[in-house]
Amino acid sequence: MQQMTLNPRIVEIRQNVLKKNDLLARELRKRFRETGVYVVNLVSSPGAGKTTLLTEMLTRLGERYGVAALVGDLATENDAERLRQSGAKVRQITTGTVCHLEADMIERSLEGWNLEDIDFLFIENVGNLVCPASYDLGENQRVVLFSVTEGEDKPVKYPTIVNSADVAVITKIDLAEAVGFQRDRFNEALNEVRPGIPILEVSVRTGEGIDEWISRLEAAKEAFEKTVGSS
Amino acid sequence: MHELSIAHSLVEIAVETAENARMKRVKALYLKLGALSGVVKEALEFSFDVVIQGTPLEGARLVIEDVPVKVFCPDCQEAHKLPEPFPMRCPVCGTRTGQVLEGRELELYSLEGGEGDAADDAKPPNC
Repeated sequence: MQQMTLNPRIVEIRQNVLKKNDLLARELRKRFRETGVYVVNLVSSPGAGKTTLLTEMLTRLGERYGVAALVGDLATENDAERLRQSGAKVRQITTGTVCHLEADMIERSLEGWNLEDIDFLFIENVGNLVCPASYDLGENQRVVLFSVTEGEDKPVKYPTIVNSADVAVITKIDLAEAVGFQRDRFNEALNEVRPGIPILEVSVRTGEGIDEWISRLEAAKEAFEKTVGSS
Repeated sequence: MHELSIAHSLVEIAVETAENARMKRVKALYLKLGALSGVVKEALEFSFDVVIQGTPLEGARLVIEDVPVKVFCPDCQEAHKLPEPFPMRCPVCGTRTGQVLEGRELELYSLEGGEGDAADDAKPPNC
């Protein structure tokens, strides 16, 4: 290696390939911080229940806070329309063939929104447990969702996204018994790839765990505001 | 298949660097790829070959150095490389740890130019 660096035809670069995205994400994070917007990036496979849980979050938090959502999908406005029923500001990001959201898509989608009016911004990523892992969107927390129907070894099959997440939410917990969900095995799998990750169980249908999840988000927002105030 | 987007970024950075260095032809790109980068090596290699068509990088080789995961073990108070990225346990004492020190890299660290470049005129140091 040493010899190579002495070769005049070798140019040293040492540059993160995703530098553009990461710089933009950093700028976004700064903007969000300055305007007091707490940002949550939701990632999961298709069908894990992101939109259903998000509708619930927007409705509940919308009673006391300014809430907004950006929703990524390859095509259709369907999810945005569902979410708009909560009364929140919602924009769909249709990515065409792109399997994840990137920081510049977030930046473009914020155009015309007054960030001062927003307390919580939720980003529903494209349903995919692989590609969204590599892209920082300027979020405060990344939440990975799994439904009880997905199998206990799902976290070890898609370890990178779990490893990049801050919280894991298990959805459709009301179906746990019916599908023979093995809670211990699932939690063990999560801890193998992201030791110590907080795990919450929810069901939008029965309301189980939702209060706790909402309180957790509010507490995170409060802690975020304190750090904003102290800077 | 986000490796195609990543290959585009990679080529963009390399073309710009080659131009700035007055490198007419790029023979090889050297990339560090962490086991936790979320990038599949084979998919990136495939995408790279597709993306370089018709660019100044056409014909260049992509040389990938795999970077294993290195964690800090709170029990041993030492850094250790993991033989496999998962499970995230200290390979010495078996304690779980999420303190990742290395393994998330996706870094283009050098370019190798071809013969007959302007850079050929430059003398290597200590000659």
